[in-house]
Amino acid sequence: MTAINRRTVLQGLAVATGTLAAPAVQAQPTPVRIGFLTVKTGPLASGGLQMEQGLLLYLKERNNRLAGRAVELITADTGGVPAQARTKTQELVERNRVHCIIGPLAAFEALAIDDYIRGVGLPTLAVAAADDMTQRNPNPWFVRATSTSSQCAHPMADYALNELRMRRMAVIADDIAYGHEMLGGFQRVFEDGGGRVVQKLWPPLAVPDYGTYISQFRSNLDGIYMGFAGSNGFRFTRQFNEYGMGGRVPLTGGMTAVDESLLQNMGNEALGIVSANWYSAELDNPINRSFVELMRRDYRVDPGFYAAATYTNGAVLEAAMRSVDGRVEDKEPFMAALRTNAVPETCRGPVRFDQYGNVVGNVYIRRVERKGPRLVNTVIKTYPDVSQFWTYDPAAYLRNPVYSRDNPASRFLER
Amino acid sequence: MQFYVIQTLNSLALGGVLFLLSSGFSLIFGLQRIPNLAHGALFMLGAYIGTSLISRGVDFWAAAVLSGIAVGLLGAALERLILRRLAGNEQGQVLVTLGVAFIIADVCLMVWTGDPIPVPAPDGLRRPIFAYGLAFPTYRLVVVGVAVVMAVLLFLLIERTRLGAMIRAGVDDMEMARGVGIRVSRLFSITFFFGVALAGAAGVVAGPIFSAYPGLDADMLPLALVVVILGGVGSLLGAFVGSFVVGFVYNFGTALLPDLAYVILFLPMVLALVFKPEGLFGRARP
Repeated sequence: MTAINRRTVLQGLAVATGTLAAPAVQAQPTPVRIGFLTVKTGPLASGGLQMEQGLLLYLKERNNRLAGRAVELITADTGGVPAQARTKTQELVERNRVHCIIGPLAAFEALAIDDYIRGVGLPTLAVAAADDMTQRNPNPWFVRATSTSSQCAHPMADYALNELRMRRMAVIADDIAYGHEMLGGFQRVFEDGGGRVVQKLWPPLAVPDYGTYISQFRSNLDGIYMGFAGSNGFRFTRQFNEYGMGGRVPLTGGMTAVDESLLQNMGNEALGIVSANWYSAELDNPINRSFVELMRRDYRVDPGFYAAATYTNGAVLEAAMRSVDGRVEDKEPFMAALRTNAVPETCRGPVRFDQYGNVVGNVYIRRVERKGPRLVNTVIKTYPDVSQFWTYDPAAYLRNPVYSRDNPASRFLER
Repeated sequence: MQFYVIQTLNSLALGGVLFLLSSGFSLIFGLQRIPNLAHGALFMLGAYIGTSLISRGVDFWAAAVLSGIAVGLLGAALERLILRRLAGNEQGQVLVTLGVAFIIADVCLMVWTGDPIPVPAPDGLRRPIFAYGLAFPTYRLVVVGVAVVMAVLLFLLIERTRLGAMIRAGVDDMEMARGVGIRVSRLFSITFFFGVALAGAAGVVAGPIFSAYPGLDADMLPLALVVVILGGVGSLLGAFVGSFVVGFVYNFGTALLPDLAYVILFLPMVLALVFKPEGLFGRARP
């Protein structure tokens, strides 16, 4: 097991030769070393590869330099395994002496490195969505420019209630913390607004067939909310159609249920699905237009959640490095800059952070539509400056336990 | 009522897929004493090869057969070139198949990327059948039919042909089979080819239900293990009955007691191991 893989060496060489070739007019500061925790093997690799594409593109556009310093990117593959995430983080810090890390992808990986990050004081630009990393157990070295699991579920529930006029819904999600937190957030806002969640289904994360679950849905539902990770939304939607449910009950979804990476292989069965995310490849701002164009050119894909996550992290990192004049070695001011800087322009729109290190930013309601040969997530409504606490009072919000299978309590379940 | 009808049909469909997957696994396990842990990965590889063939215009059923042959050849090579060298070293063989499973999974990831790829059902089988106010996916019914036809063919092969008699002899007593002049090494290769080819073809046949995606291997392998341990190693009838038992237990278990989904799936296996370690239809080994 080596921390340095071939790609890292090649990148390192490219950086090194670049530095050598540059005229030695001024003293070159040493490169800033960024550790990148991603997943390149195993079932989570789809998201991990996109994280890598987004980040490499961001650095390539800037000639591998941020705030006047060359960048040395050291990529580590965690395989989506918590223990390996921890080992790799340790290697990145102790062997490669990185100044910060970008990643990891999954919540359980973030939890596995939580105490280590605290111990060594390692600025971490996370992608993982676990609510409590920025809520009841905030890590001072953690900054999250994406969202918590429930952050996009709150506005989705609001939209389902007030715009789609749904009152009676069933919810289904992967039986992992990410699913629990998404559904919890959805249920709370939906029921506080007068809706009723009449059915909650929890298929295991790795379930090959949703037939059992699909045939359990009650009749006369106004809609179904899906909290799926990875490719599960893809398979669920296909099987939903296979059972003749498509078009009978409208589907709504969480951040990753109809990700752009899934849409490229989906068919008409996905049309009309409404979902909430802090990003869409269809966002019409100059940064995103060029990002999407470059992703299509270099990787022939539309960026989705994961590519946009690291691309946004790149922007947050660069802004913080600028404001400390590139001095990432001074950890405290660097970390403070990461968490207090507002970044007015990123591919996802303006980004700023709350006192817990979590993003306050736009959440977009998207509907799957066909645009030429491809399916896209067309933005149909923007909820501006959404906090992880939605419209609730943060102190009161934090007094409740974190969302789980049974919290909030279900009052309207039909047996 | 509707609930039970639909879940019954679901259980049959899952059982059909499981039979296609686990019959080969069981034969290999029974004959060579190797739990081929690459079986799930070969199933996934079959699904992926199928998607590539179908996207190039190959007919669905032809793609299933071709994919099965391709995967079978790979399996035969694996048996000849690697497993044979480890003859007698069962632990080594198990570890090798596990390693091969990881390698195949990573190669699939490189070639077909991490994004899930749908496998379209054959024309005419895509729309659900509506009957008595129920909608049921047509293709799943076809899968049950395919499984039954394959079961009959395999039964005839094992019970009525010379090759089948040799395989049965090998499963029952390897030394005696060798003693009466059966060329066991060739038998191994043939069984491995067929067993693995079945898995590859099953990947394509199951494709319209599951799609091809990274992790499909790990989702399927435990199910195959449960089927084989429950039904009895090396027994075709055991694999058949075991597949449908697991299909029913899994579907009704997760529907009626969702919190115990995994317990219900593995409980029959635990009970079988404790009370009837040779499985429902397996023979006790001396």
